[in-house]
Amino acid sequence: MASSRSGKLLAVIGDEDTCTGFLLGGIGELNKHRHPNFMVVEKDTPTNEIEEQLKKFLNRQDIAIILISQSIADVVRHVIDAHVEPIPTILEIPSKDAPYDPSKDSILRRAKGMFSAEDFR
Amino acid sequence: MTSHERIDIFPSRMNLTIMKTRLKGAHKGHSLLKKKADALKIRFHSILKKIIEAKQEMGEVMKEASFSLAETKFSGGDFSPVVLQNVSKAQMKVRSKKENVAGVKLPVFEVYEDGTDSYELTGLARGGEQLNRLKKNYAKAVKLLVELASLQTAFVTLDEAIKITNRRVNAIEHVIIPRIERTISYIVTELDEGEREEFFRLKKIQQKKEVMRNKQDKIRRKWQEEQEKENLPVNQTPNLLADDEDEDLLF
Repeated sequence: MASSRSGKLLAVIGDEDTCTGFLLGGIGELNKHRHPNFMVVEKDTPTNEIEEQLKKFLNRQDIAIILISQSIADVVRHVIDAHVEPIPTILEIPSKDAPYDPSKDSILRRAKGMFSAEDFR
Repeated sequence: MTSHERIDIFPSRMNLTIMKTRLKGAHKGHSLLKKKADALKIRFHSILKKIIEAKQEMGEVMKEASFSLAETKFSGGDFSPVVLQNVSKAQMKVRSKKENVAGVKLPVFEVYEDGTDSYELTGLARGGEQLNRLKKNYAKAVKLLVELASLQTAFVTLDEAIKITNRRVNAIEHVIIPRIERTISYIVTELDEGEREEFFRLKKIQQKKEVMRNKQDKIRRKWQEEQEKENLPVNQTPNLLADDEDEDLLF
């Protein structure tokens, strides 16, 4: 795989502020078709658009990690749950407006029962 | 049904040896796989612990990052459109390496910087310092998230590997080993039965021979008595070469 040698990208799906922050962190890239590796989700963005974009990110070979705000992850939960391959990894990040809820996280839900509640404190 | 219970094989001594070797191999494989599963499980638990820790840390780091974003917005105005429009090349990228745990390859992501900061001039007019802090905060967040992502990937991969290993262990323990054991006991029974049959056959032949010998003895004794009656020597064997009794042949 040529892309793994040259380094892979991180993708972001989140609200405007989250995307801005991560872009300032230096992860943004436009590929040669001028497709960005981030998606700004507004309040009125339809669900199928998010779904579509997430699937596009999942199918791109140059993306290794997809960061997605948890509030948005909740909307497209079925796509995340259906994704079982280790790469690309979907990572849920806390969104600005809602506190992080570990019980909703797809990965942590899979791990449920393997650790006790006091691990969270 | 029988073919499920044991391997379809001819019960011979050689096959018994083969089966015994296979049983030994199965036991060895079972113990090795069990060790592998244990090693994976230990790793799995440590990763799980790390994930939980990292998730907590992530909450804090993200909070800090969001807060500094709000700060910067307050002092420097809304610069989001500028940032979102000016995307060109990624500065932070990840490399993936493979780590080997008991024969399972775990991908490990590693962040590296390459290229220049494309937002060098953003915030030049106002709020430059906050913006710098913001960048640093988000860079920190990215690093942490990449670490978390590699942990998560390892978690998923290990989860799958553990499942497969456990399935194999169980298959060997509950299917393969019992089947081989049943086959061995089947061969042993068959061989024993063959041996008994052989023994019985030998006895039978001996019996038959005894009967024949008795019969011959009887005939011989009768003949001896007859010879004694006619006053002929008992132990004299007839001379095959003597031709006293034969008449001369004339042509």
